[in-house]
Amino acid sequence: MSIILDKVNYVYSEKTAYEIQALKNINLKIDDGEFIGVIGHTGSGKSTLIQHLNGLIKASSGGIYYNGQDIYDSDYKLKELRGKVGLVFQYPEHQLFEATVFADVCFGPRNRGFSRKDSELKAFAALRSVGLSEDFWYRSPFELSGGQKRRAAIAGVLAMEPEALVLDEPTAGLDPKGRDEILDLVAKLHRERQMTVILVSHSMEDVAKYVQRLIVMNRGSILYDGTPGEVFAHYRELEEVGLAAPQVTYLMHELRKRGIPAAGTATTLDEAKQSILQAFSAKHGSVQR
Amino acid sequence: MLRDITIGQYYPADSVIHKLDPRTKLMATMVYILSLFLFRSLAGFAAVTLGLFLVILLSKVPFGYMVKGLKAIVVILLITVIFNLFLTPGEPLISFWKLRITEEGLKNAGFMAVRLIYLILGSSILTLTTTPNQLTDGLEKSLRPLNKIHVPVHEIAMMMSIALRFIPILIEETDKIMKAQLARGADFESGNLVKKAKAMVPLLVPLFISAFRRANDLALAMEARCYHGGDGRTKMKPLKYKGIDGIAYLLVGGYFAAVILLRRFL
Ligand SMILES: Nc1ncnc2c1ncn2[C@@H]1O[C@H](COP(=O)(O)OP(=O)(O)OP(=O)(O)O)[C@@H](O)[C@H]1O
Ligand SMILES: [Mg+2]
Repeated sequence: MSIILDKVNYVYSEKTAYEIQALKNINLKIDDGEFIGVIGHTGSGKSTLIQHLNGLIKASSGGIYYNGQDIYDSDYKLKELRGKVGLVFQYPEHQLFEATVFADVCFGPRNRGFSRKDSELKAFAALRSVGLSEDFWYRSPFELSGGQKRRAAIAGVLAMEPEALVLDEPTAGLDPKGRDEILDLVAKLHRERQMTVILVSHSMEDVAKYVQRLIVMNRGSILYDGTPGEVFAHYRELEEVGLAAPQVTYLMHELRKRGIPAAGTATTLDEAKQSILQAFSAKHGSVQR
Repeated sequence: MLRDITIGQYYPADSVIHKLDPRTKLMATMVYILSLFLFRSLAGFAAVTLGLFLVILLSKVPFGYMVKGLKAIVVILLITVIFNLFLTPGEPLISFWKLRITEEGLKNAGFMAVRLIYLILGSSILTLTTTPNQLTDGLEKSLRPLNKIHVPVHEIAMMMSIALRFIPILIEETDKIMKAQLARGADFESGNLVKKAKAMVPLLVPLFISAFRRANDLALAMEARCYHGGDGRTKMKPLKYKGIDGIAYLLVGGYFAAVILLRRFL
C-alpha cells in the first residue's frame, strides 16, 4: 500500500467571495506500515488534507495515487478506497445512529458488501480490539460516555478492516487516561497489524511519543517532514508558526546551554533520560540509578 | 459539497448601499416593488431600469451573482410568459393551429417577464448587501409600532435571526455527518427511491440529535445570560440614521414621483 499526493491544491468555495485556499502544492508519499503524525495550528489544512486520502474531497488540481492507481480516474471505485483507507473524523461519536452499538459497528462492513454474518464477525473483532466492554455492545450508543462513544466510533471504522487508518484528533475532549488509552490502541494496531496510521494531533508530546514521521502543516503547505527529532530541532521556527516542541526538547536545550552536553534531539521523556544519564556517566564514570 | 449553496447570500463589499441603514433599504425595496406594478409604458419601464441598474452599480456586487438568483424562477417565468402570450384576447398577430399570439399578449408577456426578473434582481440587492442580522434588526425596529396591538415583534425577530443563524451551522453539520458516513462506505446516490430514502437514516438521525442538542445548549446559554425577552433590552449597535440615509430617502422619493408622473402622462 502506498499513497502519493502529487501537487495537490484545494480551494474551498471556489469562485465565490469566500474563497479560501486550504491546501497549496502538497507533495507527499506515504508508504506501507508508516506511523505518521500531522501537526499544525488550527486552520492550517490538516483536516482538509486527510479528507483527500480517501477521496472525500476532490483536489482542485493535482493527483492522488493509491497503490499506483489514480483515484480520480472515472472508473476508479472510490467506495472501495473508503474501505481501504479508514477515516476517523474529529468527534466521531456524532456519527453514531443505530439502535445499538453493535448494529452501528456493522454499518461499515455491510456497506463494503460483506454478508451479515461476516459483518458481525468483523464487528465483534473490532469492538474487542478497541477494548469496549461487552456490557455496552447492545445498548444504545447514546447511553455511553464520551470516551466509550469514541471507542465505538473507532470500532465502526476498524470493522471495515482498512489497510490504513487515518485519525483526526482522536483524543480531543478526552481526559488524560482516555487519551492514553486511545493512543495506545492506535499504537497497538500499528505494531501488531503493521497498519499504516496517520494521526492528526495538537499535542506535541503525543506525536513525539508515538509517531515515526512527523509532518508539519502551515497555512496549507507542508513546512517540515521528517522524524520527530529532526522536526523538533526547528523549535524556534515552530514557535513562529504558533506551535511548540515537547517540553523535554526545551529542557535539553537549557541543559546544553549550561554546558551539559545532552543530545538535543530527545523528544520524549525516555530518550531524554537516556541521554542525560549518558552525559553524566561520561563525565563522572558510571552512575548508579 | 453542501456548503456551496448560498442561503441568505450576503455579499461583503464596501459600498454606499452596504452602508445604508437596513430600514432605509427595506423601505426602498418596498417602494421599488410597488413601482414595478405601476409602470405601463416604455418610458416608465426605462425609469425603473435606470433606477435598478444605478443601484446595482452602486452596490459593487458582481452582476453574475444577482443573475444566479434568477435560476430559481425560470419555470415560473416560462409559465407566465406562455400563458400571457397565448391567452390574451385581442388583435391576432400570428396564428397557427388553435393557438394565436396577439399584440396585447406579446406586450403583456414582455412586461410580466420584465416585472418578475426585476422583482428578483431588486430584492436580491437587499439580501446581498444586508447581513441577516441587520435585516432582522431593521424589521424589528420598523415593525415596533405593532407592539401596541400585542404582536410579539421582538420575539418574532429573535426567532428569525436564530433560524437564519442556524441555517449555515446545520448545513455544515450535514456536510460533516455525510462525509463521516461516506467514509464508512455509505452510499447516498445510487439505488431507487426507497433505497435512497433508507440511506438517509444514517444522516438524519445524527443531524436531528445534534440540532436538538444545539437548540438546548442555546436556550441554556441564553438563560444563563439572563435573557428575558425584548422589554428593556438595549442593543450594542443600535440602528441610527445617518446622512446618506436622508439622501437615499430623498432619491427614493424622487424615483417614486417620477414613476407615478410617467404613469399619468406618458
Ligand atoms: N467546509 C469548509 N468550507 C469553507 N472553508 C473551510 C471548510 N473547512 C475548512 N475550511 C477552511 O479551510 C482552512 C483549513 O481548514 P482545516 O479544517 O483543514 O484546518 P485544520 O488544520 O484541520 O484545523 P483544526 O486544527 O482547527 O482542526 C481553514 O482556513 C478553514 O477556515
Ligand atoms: Mg481539523
